[in-house]
Amino acid sequence: MDSLTPTASTKSYANDAVKLHAQGICKFYDATAALNPIELKILAGELLTLLGPSGSGKTTLLQLIAGLVKPTSGRLMIDGRDQTDLEPYKRDIGVVFQNYSLFPHLTVQENIAFPLQMRGQSDRVSATQVSNALEMVGLERFGKRFPHELSGGQQQRVALARCLVYKPSLILMDESLSALDRKLREAMQVEIKRIHRETSSTIIFVTHDQEEALALSDRICLMNNGAIEQLGTPLELYDKPKTVFAATFIGTSNVVSGQLANAAQISSDISERLIDIGGDCKKVALGQPCSIAIRPENVRIGDCGAGILNGTIIEEIYAGSETRMMVELPNGSVFTVRVPGGAQRCQLGENVSLTWDPQHVRILES
Amino acid sequence: MASSDLSSPNLSATGKPSFRLGSIWLAVPGVAFLLIFFLWPTVHILVSAVWGDDGRFSSKALFSVFTSSSYSRVMATTFTVAVQVTVLCVLISYPLAYWLSRHSARRQRLLMMLILLPFWTSALVKNFAWLVLLGRNSNFAQFVTSMGGAGDRLLFNRTVVLFGIVHTLVPLCVIAMMPTFNQVNKSLLSAATTLGASPTQAFWRIFLPLSMRGVATAGLMIFVTSLGFFITPSLLGSPRETMVGQLIIEQINELQNLQQGSAFGVVLLVGAIIGVILFDRIFGLSGVAGGSGNSQPDDRVRRFGLWLCSRIGNMLDPVARGYRDTFRGLPGSRLLGAYSLLVIALLLVPVVAIIPMAFTSGSFLAFPPPGFSLRWFETYFASPIWMAATARSFGIGLACAALTIVVAATVAFAVVRSRSRLAGAIFIFFMSPMIVPHLVISIGLFYLFAQMSLIATDIGLVLGHSVIATPVVFIVVLSTLRGHDWRLDDAALTLGATPRRAFFRVTLPLISGGIAAGLITAFLISFEELTIALFIGGGLVTTLPKQLWSDIFLQINPTLAAASVVVLGVVTVLFLLMEVISYWRKPA
Repeated sequence: MDSLTPTASTKSYANDAVKLHAQGICKFYDATAALNPIELKILAGELLTLLGPSGSGKTTLLQLIAGLVKPTSGRLMIDGRDQTDLEPYKRDIGVVFQNYSLFPHLTVQENIAFPLQMRGQSDRVSATQVSNALEMVGLERFGKRFPHELSGGQQQRVALARCLVYKPSLILMDESLSALDRKLREAMQVEIKRIHRETSSTIIFVTHDQEEALALSDRICLMNNGAIEQLGTPLELYDKPKTVFAATFIGTSNVVSGQLANAAQISSDISERLIDIGGDCKKVALGQPCSIAIRPENVRIGDCGAGILNGTIIEEIYAGSETRMMVELPNGSVFTVRVPGGAQRCQLGENVSLTWDPQHVRILES
Repeated sequence: MASSDLSSPNLSATGKPSFRLGSIWLAVPGVAFLLIFFLWPTVHILVSAVWGDDGRFSSKALFSVFTSSSYSRVMATTFTVAVQVTVLCVLISYPLAYWLSRHSARRQRLLMMLILLPFWTSALVKNFAWLVLLGRNSNFAQFVTSMGGAGDRLLFNRTVVLFGIVHTLVPLCVIAMMPTFNQVNKSLLSAATTLGASPTQAFWRIFLPLSMRGVATAGLMIFVTSLGFFITPSLLGSPRETMVGQLIIEQINELQNLQQGSAFGVVLLVGAIIGVILFDRIFGLSGVAGGSGNSQPDDRVRRFGLWLCSRIGNMLDPVARGYRDTFRGLPGSRLLGAYSLLVIALLLVPVVAIIPMAFTSGSFLAFPPPGFSLRWFETYFASPIWMAATARSFGIGLACAALTIVVAATVAFAVVRSRSRLAGAIFIFFMSPMIVPHLVISIGLFYLFAQMSLIATDIGLVLGHSVIATPVVFIVVLSTLRGHDWRLDDAALTLGATPRRAFFRVTLPLISGGIAAGLITAFLISFEELTIALFIGGGLVTTLPKQLWSDIFLQINPTLAAASVVVLGVVTVLFLLMEVISYWRKPA
């Protein structure tokens, strides 16, 4: 869970040129929306993640960008040119597919040479580029193998090499790491970050794995129900979630719903007292229902009666670098608290109090 | 048959088959059956071709195949026609199969019915229909004449023979191609286009090489079948189109010259085996399809195949672009669809046309018929000869289905469940009747049954039909068993079921669709089988196809059409039943 704590993205772009601009693009199958009209600008050189659960429209958006699916309406601008109706093979795009889509009848070398042949490269030039690409992913000795003779991780790297070899300025990755086991996936994440730095290409990465999104991205585009839920840096999404969905899909949040009682407090049914909210509450009108979120690592456990809320410890989950406590509140809802380290300071069934700094409270749109 | 995979030598079932002591022993009766009624007679033919009646070695018969000018001309015709038919069938079927493979599974199922109907309609019925449809007095002949063509010479020439054989075999070709075509992962084509390949390039460089295994399987089956083809040249050809199958029938059934008949059989067999080896070399394991574990990256055939595909792709790419830019309103996919529907319509013509012919009020076969009457059906049902033949065909079909399913299912079960290395050998052995022309099997059985006094007996016919039906039914059952999740049986065992109860409560209900399909397949094969019936029936014991065959040469009258319609009706009902069963079994 270490990667849950994001590091601030301090990367700056040489120029904030827009690489891709989706203008009201959408896709309907009969009457059902796979993707509602969205506005999205992706900057040149950034690594943007499309994050969301299955059915959120992220893969549809990727396929629209690749040109594999025709949009119902809307325009797609790439490098300032309208490429909505351009065939996929005429776009300067590389796609790494979820199942790798390596051609089973071609060797690793031939697979990687394929895009070069399609671009009319001479065999000699392409041979050098192929071996460079193989070197980049560390598969120099596997050029003459067939895909089925490689492990999943190796196939993944071949797919990456086949995409990188022709230096597309925009790379799309569709759940590219989801078939790998955890260790391999983390190694590949480092690899992708390195390659992204070295090639300065724009990468759009589709995933349903929030840890992966936090670890990789310059920016995350969180999607839900065929629409963009929130767009921002990993830090923004983690620290300032705007919606209940964002607060719960990325990391864990304790969400409390209630009404705004006054400019700095809300009333809720988990406590008789009003709860202080440190952040700005301008987006919600007085008396309106709203929700607040508090991250488990910002909640502290104290002696009974001394805190904001009182509850009973019902479960304790040890996770190595931390311990998670589940605290049941009088109204039956459960708060998660994260305690660093494995120090056992509490017993199951013990009554405790929960406190937090009001500035860690986030107000969510409901 | 449509869902079977002819080309996969992969013997491990889904999941790890848990070792059962002696699963392989289940194969013993089936293997014994094929050893006695297939391998032994076939080997016997090889031997008797060079052994005279006097028990002495004599290469005279074999020699005469090549030295006698009339024989060698027939051999040349046979092999030329077989090659031409194979090429034509593959070229005609490929776009159709490609078109079918691009449809959703549901649509494809419906469209496949239109291929399966002519497939299951016997060659005899189809060729007989052409005889009438293209005859001197037919509308089509008159139309050709009015256009200035030779309408009175449409029949009895090489072209019509080729047309008849190709028309008969295109459904088989498509069916043999479909499993491989459907296996090609369509997302590879999307991947190719994102890598910069135009649809033309993606087809030639990706789809075509990956579909080659299906082409090889189909081509091989067509080649072997057409080598022994005798129905079309007999009905639609002139003496100049005589093929070796006709010579064999003549030598054995009329001249009683077993040695000469065997000699022709040997040449057929050797031709078929050479065909197998060539196909395997060019398209098979070492070919461009690759990726199956047997391909070598530097194999010359593979490299040449890929080079050729990419050359053609490069050449046609600008042509296709030019076409797209010029004819924007008529995309290539539309053309492909129109072509495919046209081929399907042509496949259905004789099947549909035979029906009104049977209801004619006239005394002669004609299309369209002058009026409607049931008189020829009355003649058919009143004829003791036709009734006996019909009843016998049903009886033999049922017996053949029962025997074949036992042989095929026990062996398929053994092959799937055993880890023994023998399983691979048994698999190949059970597929091998496919590459032996039916004529050769028939002569072999003729010898054997002569010694066993089984000529002109129902048992002889049942055994013979079962040999022919076994490999097909074997594939049907095998693909069902391979698709079966054997972990369910393990689950039943852990839940307290004895192996016997697990089999009857879990395995059998789940594979019953495949078993039913196998039964119907065997019945259909037997019901339409002519070659075995021709030899083993001995002129006394006739089945429905045999009676049709004899009557076509004796006296052509509308009773034949009525009998054909009966055959067609039975076949259609059963084949639809098979479709319904497999539709039920398929999880939605």
